[in-house]
Order: sequence, then structure tokens, then C-alpha cells
Amino acid sequence: MYLKHVLPLAGAATLASFAAHAETITVATVNNNDMIIMQGLTDEFEKAHPDIDLEWVVLEENVLRQRLTTDIATDGGQFDVMTVGTYEVPIWAKQDWLVELDDLPESYNEDDLIKPIRDGLSQDGSLYALPFYGESSMMYYRTDLFEKAGIEMSDQPTWDQVQDWASQINDPDNDVYGICLRGKPGWGENMAFVSTLVNTFGGRWFDEDWHPEINSPEWKEAVSFYVDLMNKYGPPGATSNGFNENQALFSSGKCGMWVDATSAAGKFYDADESQVADKLGFAPAPIAKTPKGSNWLWSWTLAIPTSSDSKDAAKTFITWATSQEYIELVGEKEGWTSVPPGTRESTYENPKYQEAAPFADFVLNAIQTADPTDSTLKPSPYIGVQTVNIPEFQSVGTQVGQMIGAALSGEQSVDAALDQAQRSVERTMRQAGYYD
Amino acid sequence: MNPTMTKKLLLTLLAWGIALIVFFPIFWMILTGFKTEGEAVATPPSLFFEPTLAGYHTVMARADYLKFALNSIVISFGSTLLALIVAIPAAYSMAFLPTKRTQGTLLWMLSTKMLPPVGVLMPVYLLFRDMGLLDSQLGLTIVYMLMNLPIVVWMLYTFFKDIPKDILEAGRMDGAGTVQEVLYLLLPLTLPGIASTGLLSVILSWNEAFWSLNLTTSDAAPLTAFIASFSSPEGLFWAKLSAASTLAIAPILIFGWMTQKQMVRGLTFGAVK
Repeated sequence: MYLKHVLPLAGAATLASFAAHAETITVATVNNNDMIIMQGLTDEFEKAHPDIDLEWVVLEENVLRQRLTTDIATDGGQFDVMTVGTYEVPIWAKQDWLVELDDLPESYNEDDLIKPIRDGLSQDGSLYALPFYGESSMMYYRTDLFEKAGIEMSDQPTWDQVQDWASQINDPDNDVYGICLRGKPGWGENMAFVSTLVNTFGGRWFDEDWHPEINSPEWKEAVSFYVDLMNKYGPPGATSNGFNENQALFSSGKCGMWVDATSAAGKFYDADESQVADKLGFAPAPIAKTPKGSNWLWSWTLAIPTSSDSKDAAKTFITWATSQEYIELVGEKEGWTSVPPGTRESTYENPKYQEAAPFADFVLNAIQTADPTDSTLKPSPYIGVQTVNIPEFQSVGTQVGQMIGAALSGEQSVDAALDQAQRSVERTMRQAGYYD
Repeated sequence: MNPTMTKKLLLTLLAWGIALIVFFPIFWMILTGFKTEGEAVATPPSLFFEPTLAGYHTVMARADYLKFALNSIVISFGSTLLALIVAIPAAYSMAFLPTKRTQGTLLWMLSTKMLPPVGVLMPVYLLFRDMGLLDSQLGLTIVYMLMNLPIVVWMLYTFFKDIPKDILEAGRMDGAGTVQEVLYLLLPLTLPGIASTGLLSVILSWNEAFWSLNLTTSDAAPLTAFIASFSSPEGLFWAKLSAASTLAIAPILIFGWMTQKQMVRGLTFGAVK
């Protein structure tokens, strides 16, 4: 009790003695290139807003997610701005954990935000987070290998074609594999990819009554295809490859094709980090039975927890960091390939960006065609393309991811893995009260 | 060569082998800190390369190392001091005035170490929120003190048990009270043991990551939070992360190296009884 009384007093005394001192806001964010650039531009923001000081807490994605969830669920009030993904925003908004952002200034130009991204962050027509960076998935391929094999890329490749092409360019003796895909288990790792594959094969996570369909014929077909493709034409040890590992493999010339995040494109053009800058081709993510849900949608967003004491200052910061003006600032200071992609139409209309990023149109098209509200062939009760936006999905996705990982490594047959996954998801959903 | 010499040689070789295996990851981390990001992930890895301070430069530019280091020092030494103050009387009573429940109490204390910390994260977080202890050095000091208390009591208990009761009795005959007995007889006699217990507690606190990441944000964040901010699921970060880790372990490594005699003595004390 002593502390409880003393601390506010001490706080008040400090405030009184520094009446003119700036308000400090604590920003929690992930450690990726775009966020580090934002952190580096702290001075620019503080110069423009001398009454606000920024304090940064940078953490790895999974650690951050756990840290923020603890704080926001307990109303801890340790953060004023949180970096959250598209997956959490609707869930947290529903819990009244995030501040509704309905009175954004005119100059913010809300209509400029790319529609599927904006829709993903809205609840009943109000925004609860502002997109900092957005991505979808697409296919990268090696133009030199395709030319040598006499293959012509189609405007919309299909998975059958991909399998055929992979067989032609696969050359393990020279350390070149037909295709690289994610294999590392995790709801945000292999399952991001596998979910899109299941979508395009006509499958869905849950039927309209929330019963899982993991062992349905569509899932079996999609996962068998994936395991077969990777075993025949994939790199060895694919179960330990996530985004990072595949990016390293592709940029060192070891993959003929790779289907993954559009955000990798900028890095492949960086000759310091990539050996494939001059032989890189792009195509939309391949499809099978339906184009629905064949490419994912993800964005990192900035949101304000309701437990923050400095909501106004926090709002000033997040509108600045997600504004057109900020994008231009990054373009001028860091170069246009470093601009945070996938949030505003105006970025893609900017001739400077178009010149620096030849992949811009593919990315914009991929994001615009990803519809989280209609991502499965058969109707589904959930929102999300590669995720199901319910709180249980992190655990469900990771369980299934591990079993598919086991199928990929050959520890289990695909049928056995999916049957086991089905039972485990059924149990989780029953315990969560979706049905008796 | 006679058989004893061969045995000695083999044992020496074995000890060196084990030491090298244990030290290799640390050596590799220090080495990687001086590489460029490209070299850090190159296959095959390069042993000889042109060293660069670029990793250290980025790390120092992006975070205030001294602030994190100071927090680590205050919290780990503060919690150790606090733990010793609580544990010395506890171990004294258990060693010299045991009851039939002493053994059970000791085991029960140790059993709290078997609880996964994440199981009590929520209640601790709520308590800290209400007491205003989130992101404070004091809060983390208390948690670390509680975390290390069972081990500290156990170690002190074994050291105290080795002191013959007769010595304390002799003191009492000369008119020493309990306080004098502890201060002038017990503590000087077991000082090496207390020192090694303290050292172990400092090292455990220094390396603890779960509570420090969860209960601090910026003001009280120790070096573990500093390291965590350089790991990333995207892009190349190994050189920077290695540089940050080297910076984070440097103080405790030097400290451990200086005090290794006491450490080894304390840790093998019970084993040769």
C-alpha cells in the first residue's frame, strides 16, 4: 500500500517540476526492416512534434505477441502504441481492448488505404488500427532456369503446371531445387502457406457450424500434393525452412520457384543480399480448383490500447507513421525500395516507386485480390485467408502445422496426420464451446 | 609410458575436449559478431575473414547499452543481496535447530522451482500492476530474489551443516548471543560458501529472460531484453544478434572468470563430502 501511495505522489512531483516537459509514449514493435527504419526516423517525428517523446520496445514477433497479449488482457497500461497483425485486430477490437479510430484528420486520406487491408482492420465500419505495411503472397521464379528449360510462365499459373515445371528445372546435383516452400511448423509459418493451398484446392478450415474439415478430401488432396511436390523437387530438410530460410535459399540461387510473401521482393533486388537480382521473375500465386484464397493477406498495423494514458499523443504518432507523408519521407531518406509497401494506393501510383520497384503491380494486384471475407470455395463462418480470425486459431494452427510437418518429414502418412489433426482440432473447438 | 601416465593423458585430453565443446558456441558467437551479415550466414562458414565492427556499431546506435547493463547490474546484485539477507537466518535455523519438518520444508521450497513460471505470469502481472511495480527495478529485484531463494537457502544449508555445532556452542559459552554467533562465527567460517552462493545467484539473475521480458518495458529492462530486440524472424540479423549477445555476456563472463575459484569450490563442496 505504501508504494501505491508514494508512487503517484512522486509522479505528480516530477510532473510539476517538469511542467513543460514532453509527453512520452511507449511504442512496442517487431524487429523487421520497416520497423527499424521507423525507429530510425524518431528524430524527424520529435522535431515535428516537440511535445511528444518516443520510447521504443523492440521484440521478436512471437515474444512481442505474448508480451502485448499479457499487458492488454490485464489492462496493464505499459504501452501506448502496439504493433499488431491483421489476425489480432478484429479479435482485440471485439474485446474493447483497442481505441476506435473514427475521427482521423482529413489530411490522413483514409480512402487511400487499400481496401482489403482497411476492411481487415475495421469492425462495424470503424477502424481499430492503422496499417503500417501490408503483404500478400506471390510466386518468385528464376527467369534464367525457365529460359534454359524452354518454359514460358503463364499469366495465372496452376499448381499442376508448377509441378511440371519443378520437375524440369530440378537439378539437385548442382544444388538447384525445383521449388522451395515453407515447411517449418507454426500457425504463421507452414500453415500460412498450407492454408492458401487448401483454399485453392477447394477446402476450408471449418464448416458453417464450426466443425473442422481437416480430414476432408480437399485437405487430403492439397496436403498430399504439397508433400509429394516437396519430396520430389524440394530442398532437403524442408521441415526446418520458414520464410527466412527459404529467402536465404532463393537469394543464393538454390530454388527454381518459391511461393511466399510479396515483401521479399524488395530484398531480392538488393545486390548485397541477393545473387538473383538480375534473373528474378514474378507471377501470381498458383491456383488449383479456385482462385479464391490462393494468396494470403497480412499487415502489420499500429493500434492504441484502451489502457494507454496518452491516447491523443499516440494517435498523433500512428497517423504520422502510416501517412502518405511518412512514405515519402522514407522514399527520400532511405530509397524507394525501402518504402513500407501494401498500405496506400498512392504509393503504387507514385512514379518514383514504380521505377524503383518493378514488382509493384504484382504486389498491388495480389493484395487487392485477397479477400478475407470470401476466401473459400464452400461457404465458411470465418474471416481470414491464411488464418481463421478466432482466438483459438493460434493453438489450432500450430497443432495442425506440427502434424503436417510430421507428414512432410515422412514420420507419418498424410492421411494419418490429417486424421490426428482433425481429432485434435475437434477437441479444442469443443473445449472452447463452439459445440457440445 | 606407464598406465597412470596414459590415464592422466587421456583424462586431460577428455577434459580439453569437453571444455572446447562447451566453449565453442560462445567462441562462434564472439566471432560472428565481427562478421558482416552476409558472412554470418555464408555456407560453408568462414573461420578467417576481415573483421568488422559494423554489427557493434548498429547495435550501439539502435539501443542504449549502458542503460540496459546498469539495470542488469542493479537487479542481479540487488536481488542476490536481498536473497542472502533472507536466506542466512533461514538456513541457520534449519541447520542448527532442525525440527522433524525441516527436511520436508526444504524439499517443498525446492519444489517451487518446478513450477513453470508462465503458470503464474497473470497473477504476478496483476499484482505488479496494482502495486505500480511493472517496469521497475524494484519489482524485478523482488521477483529474482524469490526465484533464487530456494537455491540460495539450500546451498547455505549444506554449507552451514558442515560447521560443527561445538564451535557455535563454544561461542555461546563465552556469552555470544544468536546474532553475534552468526556474525562472528558462522559467517566468517562459511564465507567461501556464501560467496559462491551469491555468485551463482548473480549469474542466474543475470541470465533470466522470462520475467525480465514480461515485467519490463523500457525503464527497467535488463540486458536480456536488449538481446531480444535484435532477434528477428525476417531478414539477416545474426551478426547484430551475436554482437548484442557478446556485449550482454561480457560483464558476467569477466566477473565469472575473476571469481571462478570460489565458484568451483562452492559448487563441488557437497560432492566431495
